[in-house]
Order: sequence, then C-alpha cells, then structure tokens
Amino acid sequence: MNRKAEVKNLNFSYSHSALVLKSVSLPIFENKITALIGPSGCGKTTLLRCFNRMHDLYGNVKYDGSILLLPDQVNILSTDIDPIEVRMKIGMVFQKPNPFPKSIYENIAYGLRIRGIKKKSYIDEKVEDSLKMAGLWQEVSDRLHTGANSLSGGQQQRLCIARALATEPDILLLDEPTSALDPISTAHIEELVASLKKKVTILMVTHNLHQAARTADYTAFMYLGELIEFGESSQIFTNPKEQKTENYITGRFG
Amino acid sequence: MKTEFSTPHSTKRRFRVLKEFLIKAFLFICAASSVLVTVGVVWTLVVEALPFFDDVSLSQFLFDREWTPLFENAQYGIMTLVCGTLLTTVIALLVAIPLGTITAVFLSEYSSEKMREIFKPILELLAAIPTVVYGYFAMLFVTPLLQKIIPGISSFNALSAGLVMGVMIIPYISSLSEDAMRAVPLHLREGSLALGASKFQTSFRVILPAAFSGVASAYILGISRALGETMVVAIAAGLQPRLSFNPLESTQTITAFIVQVSLGDLPQGSIGYRSIYVSGLVLLIFTLVFNLIGQLIRSNMEKKFK
Ligand SMILES: Nc1ncnc2c1ncn2[C@@H]1O[C@H](COP(=O)(O)OP(=O)(O)O)[C@@H](O)[C@H]1O
Ligand SMILES: [Mg+2]
Repeated sequence: MNRKAEVKNLNFSYSHSALVLKSVSLPIFENKITALIGPSGCGKTTLLRCFNRMHDLYGNVKYDGSILLLPDQVNILSTDIDPIEVRMKIGMVFQKPNPFPKSIYENIAYGLRIRGIKKKSYIDEKVEDSLKMAGLWQEVSDRLHTGANSLSGGQQQRLCIARALATEPDILLLDEPTSALDPISTAHIEELVASLKKKVTILMVTHNLHQAARTADYTAFMYLGELIEFGESSQIFTNPKEQKTENYITGRFG
Repeated sequence: MKTEFSTPHSTKRRFRVLKEFLIKAFLFICAASSVLVTVGVVWTLVVEALPFFDDVSLSQFLFDREWTPLFENAQYGIMTLVCGTLLTTVIALLVAIPLGTITAVFLSEYSSEKMREIFKPILELLAAIPTVVYGYFAMLFVTPLLQKIIPGISSFNALSAGLVMGVMIIPYISSLSEDAMRAVPLHLREGSLALGASKFQTSFRVILPAAFSGVASAYILGISRALGETMVVAIAAGLQPRLSFNPLESTQTITAFIVQVSLGDLPQGSIGYRSIYVSGLVLLIFTLVFNLIGQLIRSNMEKKFK
C-alpha cells in the first residue's frame, strides 16, 4: 500500500496555551479514506488544518514536527515551503457549506482562474467534470449561471467538493462535511466521498462513528490531543486494541 | 385554582389597549415627521420653482448656452450649472471610489487590530473637518500646487475642488465599505484561501463581491455627498457657469450658484429668486435619479448572487 503522506511527531499549540496536539504520528494511505474521530475538542480540526497550513493565516500558533508528502519526502510544515503552494495541492471542504456569492459555474472556475487558467474551453470542461464527479451535474447542468446560494444545503456542500476537485488536489481534507446536513444529504455525501477515493486521497474528520465505519478504510482515534489508536476501520470498530478506543466507540464517553 | 381571564370591557384591559394605542401613535408621529419634512421641502421647491416657467420656456432652460438669470438679457441655460456639478462630482468620485475602496480593503483584510485602531480615528477626523476648511485648503494649497504642475490652469478650477472633495468623501466610502467587508463571514475567506488564493485575490474576487450590497450603498452615499457639496466648490471652483467639461477652467455648480445668489438681496418672486428654487429642484432630481440607479444596480446584483 502506498503512503501519500506521513505525519511525524507533530506538536501544536495555540498562542501560549497547552499543547493541543501531542506528538502525533500517523500515515495517510494513497487513494484511501482516513477518518479522524474523537470527542469534541480533542484536536481533530487542528490536525486537519495543519495539512493545508491554514493556521499560518492567524499567526500566534506554534508547531513543530513534520508532515511529509510522499514520495518526495517534502515536509509541508517547513518554513521554507510557501503555504499557498501547499494549499494549491491540498484541497479542503469545510463543516458548513461555503459557496462563494457567485454563480455555480464561477464557484468552480474560481480555483482555476486564480491559478492563471484563462482558456474557456478548458474551464468549461473542468466545470462539467468536477460537477459530474461530485454527482451534481444532472441537477444543475441547466442552470450553471445562477447563484450558488439558490442550491440546497446538501447541493451546496457537493458544489464545495466539486470546487475543491476542479483543481485536482493530491489530498482532499474534509472537516465534518455532513454535520450541517439532513440525513438524506448526508447519505449522498457519504456515497460521493466513497466514490472519490479512486481519484484522490481523503482525510476526513467526523463526529459520526457510523460514518467513519461505513466509509473510511482507516480510522484514527484521538483523545486530548493524542493519537490513541490508528488502524483499519474494520479493526478499530470491531476489535480495538486500546481501552480508550473501546470506551469511545461503545459510547462510554465523548 | 381557576385561571382568570379579563373580559373585553374590564377597565384594566381597556387601559392597556389605550396605552398600546398611544405608544403606537407616538412612534408613528416620530417616524412620520421626517417623511413630512421631506414632503414639505419638495413641495416648497416645486411650488416656488414652477412659476419660473411662466417667464422662461423649457427650451431656453435646456438649450441656452449661458446661465445669467440676474443680468439684463438674461439667459437660462441650466446645463451650464449641470456641467459644473457633474464635472466636480466625477472628479471627486474618481478620487474617492478607488481610494475609499482600497482603504476599506486594507482596513478590513490586511491591517492588524492595532493599525486599524490608529487609522480609523484619523479617517473619522477627515470626515469631521468643516467643509469650509476643505474649500480654503483647495484654493490656497492644492490650486497653487496644481499651477506648478499644469501651467495653464486658472486660479479657480474644477480640478482642485473635485480632488479635495474626493478626499473629503473617502471616509464615507471607506468606513461603510469596511463595515460591509468585515461582515462577510470568515468561512468565505477561508474557502478562498484554502483553494490556494492569495490574500489579494481573496479580497478583490470574493470579499468585495460578497460585500457588494454594502459597498454600493457607500458609493451611493458618496455620490449624493459630492452632488450636494457646496462650500468646497463655491470657494475653489469659481462662480463662472460654463457649458464645458474642462477641469482646468473655473466653473459653477448648482449648489455654488445657490449660495452665491442667496447671499445677495433678491426681491421675493423675482426671476432671480425663482432661479434658486428651480436649480435646487434640478439638483434634487439628479440626486434622486442617481440614488435610484444605484438602488437598481444593487438589487440586481443581489438577485444575481443570492
Ligand atoms: N483558534 C483557536 N485558538 C485557541 N484555541 C483553540 C482554537 N481552536 C481550537 N482551540 C482549542 O484547541 C483544542 C482542539 O480544538 P479542535 O481542533 O477544534 O478540536 P476538534 O475539532 O476535535 O473538536 C480545543 O481545546 C479548542 O478549545
Ligand atoms: Mg472540529
């Protein structure tokens, strides 16, 4: 199995407070879905946002350790690396759907345009491909130029996934992508995410254990900033090695 | 215990209903008073202005090439004053809209909290300076400066007045635009940045369009301020109505004409007296039309995006 990335001894703290991530190490396998689970406040979002250097936007944070992108072994946390170039390679979908106040078409074209792509035929093609990949093409192909805010919440989230896919990221980060959606839209997104792993490596935070068990190939359980256990989802959910993991997945805390 | 309800005619209940009615009436009167004043102003303008056209034909008003209502052989070409008004307004907006917008982007997207704390009060001070001061600043400082750069420029000119008026309007535009931009939710910013966009791309391609409704309101306010500004243009642009868009010459705006003649003694009901009202009415119409166009554009954009 190919590794796409490797987190090594990652420590992280906000301003001067205590460590939020404590020496986290974890492999990310290529074309697989890895789920991050754990009680709220355990550092899942913080870890996820290290992957695209989102923390750099706010200063006042401290981190050390590395996230190596394989096979090149580049440490994307290194200060020598431009965060913007990292974000060009690693896409992200947020908890709440956040389409831009532009048309459906322009939402997807945006990522291409900021990369300097101008050719209309190429953009047209990319918009169609990404929407098809996100399972949204049939629903919106006749109204590409209407505002994205006219879509339902679930459609908006799929649009955001399409927007991230259009730029062909190496890794796609998803932070509780269904927590703001109804059950039907959630099921749609889960199916979609499962189908996407052929194209892209996925790292997904979820508070929904069933979602992790259903869709993820690997699961990492975090607790109070530590990575307690990492393994294939089937093993984590049926036969956890750590007592804390077992307590969590059986609902004894969290 | 039995729950008790009051009967419709109980004193307590009648009193409560009356109280509510009085409160509502009071609030209505307060709200209506500003509407009434507006109606009153417009009414006076129209009533006093209309007799003007007993003596002057509409075609004289629109097509005369000069505006000399107080002279013998009077001419009534309002377009001269309209030219002056539009010219100074356009110059002011060419300064205020770009600079105001850029200032807003800087304050909302780039500056630190500390920097903002220094910048904002200074900008607000800019808005608090009396317009007479701006007028003399234009005439005594900016015009001589311009004269060094552009030799042929006259000592009263539209350019100087327009530029200074633009600076004066910057805070109105920047402050409202900044509020609108800061109200754009953080997750839109992060959505753009996460795609690999720079701060600059995010500011101008996502945040500014997302804040468009508020920014457009700021522009509309700026336009209204520029159209109605009086002292700066009266002092620095001169008192010479001209059917021209040459910014290097002196010109006269509608507002400047109104102060000029209001300062003199005009017999009530004379044609000069009426000309004040008629030009005031034209100014009001212009302001309304610009406001209306602005609102239309804004609601159109909103429909397109939302
Ligand atoms: N911007 C921030 N500034 C300071 N502390 C933060 C910030 N964001 C998160 N935290 C703290 O870091 C810890 C981990 O948060 P987070 O990564 O969001 O957890 P999770 O996503 O697992 O719920 C929490 O204790 C939270 O209070
Ligand atoms: Mg979280």
